[in-house]
Amino acid sequence: MFNPTLWRFRRFADVMPEMLNLQREMNRLFSAVGQKAPQDYPAVNIWEKDGAAVMTAELPGMDPEKMDISVSGDILAISGTAESQAFSEGGTYLRQERGIGNFKRNLTLPFQVDAQAVEAKYEKGVLRITLPRAKEDLPKKIKIS
Amino acid sequence: MVEKDLQKTENVSATERVRNVKTFVPRVDIYENKDALFLVADMPGVDEKTVDIELEKNILTITGRVENGRVAGGALMYSEYEIGDYERVFTLSDEIDRGKIVATVRNGVLRLELPKAEQVKPKKIAITAA
Repeated sequence: MFNPTLWRFRRFADVMPEMLNLQREMNRLFSAVGQKAPQDYPAVNIWEKDGAAVMTAELPGMDPEKMDISVSGDILAISGTAESQAFSEGGTYLRQERGIGNFKRNLTLPFQVDAQAVEAKYEKGVLRITLPRAKEDLPKKIKIS
Repeated sequence: MVEKDLQKTENVSATERVRNVKTFVPRVDIYENKDALFLVADMPGVDEKTVDIELEKNILTITGRVENGRVAGGALMYSEYEIGDYERVFTLSDEIDRGKIVATVRNGVLRLELPKAEQVKPKKIAITAA
């Protein structure tokens, strides 16, 4: 029934990312079940790369000067203010969908962060923070003598 | 705030796109004064090279390509938002002076200034005393 010719019908490699995406979407949908409060702003994605966590958040139109990032222990706090809009007087809004843009969010990470080595980058409206794990928090290899 | 306001809205269109990525509807502010129409769109992840603005007759199309939304070599552990391109189409009512359209992208925000054509600008009619 599942002979190899069937698999070749549509290349599995093409379908796999889609399936993973679907799974991720499902997890995201149900992760909010039971939570009363709406999702926090900004929405974040957390990646794992070379033992460090990389947090990305879409924050269009922020003032990089007024962005505040602080780390203490395993808590990452981000806050910021949007750039003021330079609109001339004497006009009217036809549509206003964008938020005011000020934000504040605290995130608890599953490990202690090496606060000295944290790197933050704000590019094209996307904030990216690299959070390396603290040395003393790294798993220790124990040699058997 | 309502949850709807925080999540990006996915574009649901009948036509399929060549790039196999999701597209989202950027949130916009549209503002008008007597000389021009201003459009401000939130498009995080795009810059001046990856944004495309097209005005055909009175149909304004904004598209933005997001290429570096992923962390290269990283594995996604926790996700609250999705990464994708942007697309939105507007029908403009006023005649726009095509030659004078100004577009800028800064920190993922697209700003468009669409000056109104001379013939449609409101004219003040001076009343002379009889």
